[in-house]
Formats: sequence, C-alpha cells, structure tokens
Amino acid sequence: MSAYSEKVMDHFQHPRNMGEIENASGVGTVGNAKCGDIMRIFLDIDDDGIIRDVKFKTFGCGAAVATSSMATELVKGKRIEDALKITNAAVMEALDGLPPVKVHCSLLAEEAIHAALWDYAEKKGIKIEGLEKPKSDIHEGEEEEQEDY
Amino acid sequence: MQEVIYLDNAATTATRPEVVEAMLPYFTQHYGNPSTIYSLGQESHAAVDHAREVIAGSLGAKPEEIYFTAGGSESDNWAIKAAAEAYAKKGKHIITSKIEHHAVLHTCQYLEQHGFEVTYLDVDEYGRISLDELKAAIRPDTILISIMFANNEIGTIEPVAEIGKIARQAGVLFHTDAVQAYGQVPIDVDAMCIDMLSASGHKLSGPKGIGFLYIRKGLKLRSFVHGGAQERKRRAGTENVPGIVGLGKAAEIALKTMPERTAKERELRDYLIKNMLEKVPYSRLNGHPEERLPGNANFCFRFVEGESLLMMLDMAGICGSSGSACTSGSLDPSHVLLAIGLPHEIAHGSLRLTLNESNTKEQMDYVVENTARIIEQLRAMSPLYEDFVKKNAK
Repeated sequence: MSAYSEKVMDHFQHPRNMGEIENASGVGTVGNAKCGDIMRIFLDIDDDGIIRDVKFKTFGCGAAVATSSMATELVKGKRIEDALKITNAAVMEALDGLPPVKVHCSLLAEEAIHAALWDYAEKKGIKIEGLEKPKSDIHEGEEEEQEDY
Repeated sequence: MQEVIYLDNAATTATRPEVVEAMLPYFTQHYGNPSTIYSLGQESHAAVDHAREVIAGSLGAKPEEIYFTAGGSESDNWAIKAAAEAYAKKGKHIITSKIEHHAVLHTCQYLEQHGFEVTYLDVDEYGRISLDELKAAIRPDTILISIMFANNEIGTIEPVAEIGKIARQAGVLFHTDAVQAYGQVPIDVDAMCIDMLSASGHKLSGPKGIGFLYIRKGLKLRSFVHGGAQERKRRAGTENVPGIVGLGKAAEIALKTMPERTAKERELRDYLIKNMLEKVPYSRLNGHPEERLPGNANFCFRFVEGESLLMMLDMAGICGSSGSACTSGSLDPSHVLLAIGLPHEIAHGSLRLTLNESNTKEQMDYVVENTARIIEQLRAMSPLYEDFVKKNAK
C-alpha cells in the first residue's frame, strides 16, 4: 500500500458527496473494471449553468475514492466553465499530492467530471466551449456479463 | 489502543521469543567467524552445524544437502539458474506453472531471454496443475520441473509426491518452492522425489533474511556466490550465524508443534471461511477447499476493490492482504487469481487472511463482522454494485 497524505486518508475515510442524484442533469462514468477503477459522477445543474449538487460513486483504491471525493468538492457551486478548468493537478494539489503510481486516479476524476458535463450537454442539446468528448466514458450494459457464483 | 489482529502470516510472521533468545548470544558472545580455528569461532561453527542437522532432519535429508541462503527468493534463483546452466548441454527446456511466486516466474523469464524455453502449466479452478499435462509437457530436452509445494496466495497444495515421481521416471530434476509449505505440512524429500527445495525463515516464525536451499547430493550445480569455502564452496560469504541459529530453532519448534498447531489452525480457518461466506453475499473462497495450507483463507468479494478493503480493515485493526492491481503496483490483479479463471474485476476484490495458532475464534468473529460491514459500505459506494442491483431489478 502506498503512503497517502493525511488529506487523502481523510477523504477516503469520510468521503464527501458520496451517493446518487435521481434525475441528474448529467451522469458520467469513466474507468475500467478490468484495471480496478470506475468513477461515476452525478451533476445537478440549474438553468443558470451552476452546479448545484454533485455526487459520486467509485469502485477503486483509496486514492480513487479520495480523488472522486475531492473533485466533487471542487466543482460544487461552480459555473460549468469554471468546473471545466479544474484539472487533475488541481485535485492532486488539494489532496496534498498522491504517490506516483496513483496519479492516474486524479486523471480519472477529471475525466469523470468532463464525462458528466458531456452527458449534460448532450441531454440539453447544447455545446460547451472547450469540452471534448471523453475518451474512456463507459455506458451501462457495455460491461461483460459476469458469471454468477 | 485498539488490539491489532495480525492475519498476514503468509507475508511474514512474528519471530518467536524462543527463537530470538536462541539467536542473541551469537551477536555479542559467540560472535566468532565459523571459518576460524580458535574456540570462539568453533562455537559458531558448531551452532551452524547443529542448525543444519535439525533442518536436514525435518526433511529426511542429509546435513550436507542443506545450503543456507538469504531467503526464499535467493534459493529459487539459485536452484533454477544453476540447474539450467549445469544441464544446458542436455537440453534447454524447463517446466513450471502459471501460479509460481515471482522469484520463480521472473527467473524463468530471465532464462527465456538467454535461450531457454519454458512451459508454464495451466492450473484448474482450485489452482492445481494437471499431472497428465505435466507428463505431456516433458520432452527429451526437458531438464527441470519447478512446481511450488503450496501457493502463497490461495494456499492450494500441489500434488508434489506425484510430480516428483513423474520427474524421477522421466529423468528430469524436480525443484519445489516450499517457502509457504515448510513447517506447515510434512515434507520428505526422498519419498517425494524432490531434488531441490527452497525455504525461508521468516515464514515459520524465524528471522528475516535467512533461508536455505536443499540440493540433493550428486547434483552438479554451480556456486551461487564465489569467493570462499563456506557452504561447501557453493555460496561464499561469512555465514549469518545468528540467522542460521534462529532458522534452526524455528524449524525445530515448527516440526515439534506441527500436528497440534496445524490442527488448531485448520479448525479456525474453516470456521472463518464458513462464517465469511455465510455473512457476506456475493463472496467466494479461492483455492482448494481441503488441499490447502492450514492457515490460509482467500476470498473474493464482488463489486469492491482490494486496496480500499485493506485500508478499511486496517482502520478496524485487522491486517490482511489482497491481490488487487493497486496492491501489486501494476494494472493487473494477481496472476494467480487470473490463472484460476477469475475475471479481472472479481480478482481485484480479493482478500487473503493467513492465520497462526495464536488466533482465536473471538478474533475470527470480529473479523467476519467487520469485513461484512466494510463490504456493505464499499458496495454502497460502488457503481458496479449499483449497476448490478438495477440490472437484477429489471
């Protein structure tokens, strides 16, 4: 196990904004169960383009949980264009750093936010300046069927 | 302070106080170099000889067939590389399995880069190799079979005596990595036709940094370390006398206490397994239900990831280990769990708990109760579980 900062441990032990939003404005799921990390972000965005609420669900290691939790804190209450500016580096910095092998977790958190915003834009039929289609977005049903025990 | 429940004895063990006590005089009192002729050195020499005799006796071997090393990984490296080099004229084919420890697998991969060919045998759902596949894999140029005695992750015990017989009949050397098995199950190198065997001190309540390689008399293996006459000129360097004394003491105790100790461990292990599978839904046992090491329990819990699970168990004072990618430092989960046929996403949610005789039923109850609670928490957080529940509701 890697050496985590106190902030990472705090967010792992007490994840902020964990859960689901029913009828969310946008939902993004990124990652891959094969590699051991999946993040799902739910956004509630009001008519003024402000992120009113955000929730997450994550399957992954301690760093994956902590970066998801921190990412939700950073985007909550922000305007869409400001939320877009939150990079993985910002998430890492807010957590007082991550061990090198865990940096990909922070990238995943950034991608999850982008994926949820993309979903929102598609639902609304709008284009968000500077937002590209997320690469690793996965959708329900795409996962391989698992054998039952 | 919270009591720590240590269930990672396959990683390492606490050194027994009796072992430490036996070692101590060899640091400050009997510190002489065993290669010297004065009595101070001869005391050290005698202590090393005694440890060698005890260990030889525990395997049905002769003292001169025991070579002290720095541990299991060194023993594996030595056995495989030296055998490959010594018998390269006969052939360059080696047979091993897909679930070996990396000390064996990476050594085989190294040899592949140097002109050797390696067959990696598959294992069944319990982690056992097929004897028919082994027989079929033997070729005229096969020089070595290296199959572990028992697996370090899932605890499955391989059919070693049968493998030894097949190897002997085919005239092929048989090495077994017994790092997890030595001191836990009876081993007889003659009855099991074992030609080389690796073991490590710190897995049997002995000190770290000491192990041995059993090499059957008559095998022409090259020296591992050149530069002195120690270990019959095969591994130079002043002996780790306190370590060797500690290993000898640990082996002596392990052998003496084996029947009673392992019976207790088996009972506790089965109690833990039964309760865990009952209390945690979507869980499974990895490894063979009966043919497994006395203290090993290995589970997979669907929809959760191993590192998160370990961190939360640690907060509850429980030490375990996992084969998830995050704990291995790579993107792939344990090669052993993949080899027994588990999909990646399930292999990421594994938990290995390895007990010893000092554990109690009350501790097992606490572990099951806390694991069940933590799994529930992690599943509430898991998008995989959310999808699974929604799919089932449809």
